[in-house]
Amino acid sequence: MSDELNEIHSHDVVIIGAGGAGLRAAIEARSLGASVAVVCKSLFGKAHTVMAEGGMAAAMGNVWKEDNWRVHFRDTMRGGKMLNNYRMAELHAKEAPDRVYELEEWGALFDRTKDGLILQRDFGGHKYARLAHVGDRTGLELIRTLQQKATSMDIDVYMECKIVKLLKDSSGAVTGALGFWRNTGEFVLFKGKSFILASGGIGKSWKFTSNSWESTGDGHALAVRAGADLIDMEFVQFHPTGMVWPLSVRGLLVTEGVRGDGGVLRNSENKRFMFNYIPEMFAKETADTEEEGDRWYEDKSNNRRPPELLPRDEVARSINSEVKAGRGSPHGGVFLDIASRRSPEYIKRRLPSMYHQFKELADVDITATPMEVGPTCHYAMGGVRVDADTAASTIDGLFAAGEVAGGMHGSNRLGGNSLSDLVVFGKRAGEYAAKRALGMTKDVEVDQAEVRDAINEALAPFNRSQGDNPYKIQQEIQDTMQSLVGIIRNQQELEQAQVEIDKLKQRVNQAGASVSTRRFNSAWHTALDLISMITVSESVAKAALLRKESRGGHTREDFPKADPEFGKINHVVRIVNNEMTVTPEPLPQMTDELAEIFKDDVK
Amino acid sequence: MADLNVKLWRGDENGGELVDYNIEAQDGEVVLDVVHRIQATQAPDLAVRWNCKAGKCGSCSAEINGKPSLMCMTRTSVFEPGETITITPMKTFPIIRDLVTDVSFNFKMLKRVPALKPKPREADGTYRMYQEDIERGQEFRKCIECFLCQNVCHVIRDHEENKTNYAGPRLFIRYADLEMHPLDTNDRLSLLQDKMGLGMCNITKCCTEVCPEHIHITDNAIIPLKERVVGDRYDPLVWLGKKIFRKSKAKTTVTE
Repeated sequence: MSDELNEIHSHDVVIIGAGGAGLRAAIEARSLGASVAVVCKSLFGKAHTVMAEGGMAAAMGNVWKEDNWRVHFRDTMRGGKMLNNYRMAELHAKEAPDRVYELEEWGALFDRTKDGLILQRDFGGHKYARLAHVGDRTGLELIRTLQQKATSMDIDVYMECKIVKLLKDSSGAVTGALGFWRNTGEFVLFKGKSFILASGGIGKSWKFTSNSWESTGDGHALAVRAGADLIDMEFVQFHPTGMVWPLSVRGLLVTEGVRGDGGVLRNSENKRFMFNYIPEMFAKETADTEEEGDRWYEDKSNNRRPPELLPRDEVARSINSEVKAGRGSPHGGVFLDIASRRSPEYIKRRLPSMYHQFKELADVDITATPMEVGPTCHYAMGGVRVDADTAASTIDGLFAAGEVAGGMHGSNRLGGNSLSDLVVFGKRAGEYAAKRALGMTKDVEVDQAEVRDAINEALAPFNRSQGDNPYKIQQEIQDTMQSLVGIIRNQQELEQAQVEIDKLKQRVNQAGASVSTRRFNSAWHTALDLISMITVSESVAKAALLRKESRGGHTREDFPKADPEFGKINHVVRIVNNEMTVTPEPLPQMTDELAEIFKDDVK
Repeated sequence: MADLNVKLWRGDENGGELVDYNIEAQDGEVVLDVVHRIQATQAPDLAVRWNCKAGKCGSCSAEINGKPSLMCMTRTSVFEPGETITITPMKTFPIIRDLVTDVSFNFKMLKRVPALKPKPREADGTYRMYQEDIERGQEFRKCIECFLCQNVCHVIRDHEENKTNYAGPRLFIRYADLEMHPLDTNDRLSLLQDKMGLGMCNITKCCTEVCPEHIHITDNAIIPLKERVVGDRYDPLVWLGKKIFRKSKAKTTVTE
């Protein structure tokens, strides 16, 4: 086992992450002639994209010809409570259909309409049935299609490699990424002209989460530690419907497709409680009787959508309130019922994975009985601050796309807008990263002393023979974030969170690797993941404390209303002189032409 | 609740052994939960792969009491009270450490699959495909690449030497997915028979039995592929057609 660096790979474009955004970026960069490396922490094809269920939103108009990019743009902005980067939302709505069609050309087999076109399904916050899907396993189809396309393109894939640090040259541009092979523990340096972060989310820092072990916020942490800006970190989406029982699978996702396909939420009194929680902003377009809501599935022109399909932040908060009021289910959630509303054949055809998941893990037949569900940490709206058109971060040579990038979804993401985000901005990141790389003439330099420091830092857990158990520290981070920076927040708890996070920062520096072997040593891997987890946790807690209002995925019980003044700013997180700072900065202003789309809206 | 007795294979490519762990049982758990609790409290360096813990990513494949399974989809309630749960790594692939094996063979074989060559779009710019025409393909594309079918396939499980010229069940459903794809114009049948060892499969259906996605690997993919190869090679009309239309037919591209 060597402490030295014995392996270096040089590429035009180095992509960190092999989910939907990373792979789409790789395909684009390679097709422009760049040499491309994709580096991923797991095996190829296992990224979190695989867990996406319901579909990808694109205004193709295959089911409702009234749909177009303007309607999608409006839905996205209103879902994000107007805090979105308008230009990202605009590009996303305009380009998503082409990105779906190209997946079809690469082999994706989406469910079809009777006319043989791509079928689209209803989802929360979308005016029309808009999500291209494959049953309830759309993410698998997306990642497999991109993986197969990338595999045919001479792209170098480096699997099970964890990146620990981004390295910069004397001009401040990112020129290197230091990592290690999880299998052997040996270090490896990737030199590149452009780097793309496509590393996904941060959900592993909460106790009840739909996210896998990988979602430790590595990309967020790498970026902010390298000097890049993060924005909107206070906005964390709690998906309204995660499994609540058995405890071992608490948090596991139950797709919004259940509601899109006719499922409804009921409390312990068998009431469809969502009718009591319709916010003014959406009152005009939401049904106020069960009869109207039920008619909407068949006739969207003369009826308004049921309140179960409000944006996710609204539904999650409402479930939380019902449980708090003592009207929850036996295991502390509410009931999601599709059994009494659709035939068993329909449910099994439309929602095969959900049927399977409940049958195998909870002994529940969802065609016969309701599911118990409750909010689960699901998605980070915040992330690396990027230029909308080019996906460039605020430091040279670094781009970001997908969940690790911020801005697109504002304070709350609509379901189905994530998979489309991955391919729209993955493509853009790949394109502009490749153009930057191919336009550079000189070789890149990496500072050897920086490499040495990064290696020493990564090996530190081996020098703590009496080191703390990293799993224990991980659990403490999760408990802290769940109880103090969760779905409902207040001043006192957020201040307490800062104190706890400061203590946990010290604890992270004491985590040990347990044994001396570097060969697939999970304790060591976890100890290093803690660095990312505590960095993002700090950024979320700090930004949440400063935002004294409730908006989207940030709810303050001490400031329960949205404040128009806070609606004009993003919180920007950066590290200045080793201190994490949060600064309010003005939101980019929408063009008059786009603003026109919202002129009749209730704010 | 009573304690669980668990035996985990610990070791690396130089050898190893089953190690006993005793841990309190908890309600509603799957085997992966138990492994995680052992890791968090008794064996922090334990090497184990997992991602989604929902049967969707295919990372946590292992052999549980000898049966190839996903650890995340095996509930502990299926074992008799007092029964020891023995977990060993997949046998067909080289050991890296503990429960983690080197599955790169599968990725190398996937790289050799000739890509989809789509036919042109319709005049209106769309592709028209009907649900009934894609259902078989959708079944194959449910594959989560857990490689349990590869692990259990006798052709490579007991014969390391066959790995150079045998793709295995996971790959056969990938070939079937492409061969039955409504848009595809490529031809992979000769490659399948000559280089990928389709003929070596003697349809014992072990792969189908272990598939966590319940894909009918043998009946819906391997047997129809075998029939196509036979039809392609020995049907005089197909043979004649190939001679006459050779130039217009898409050429098989092989990346090796």
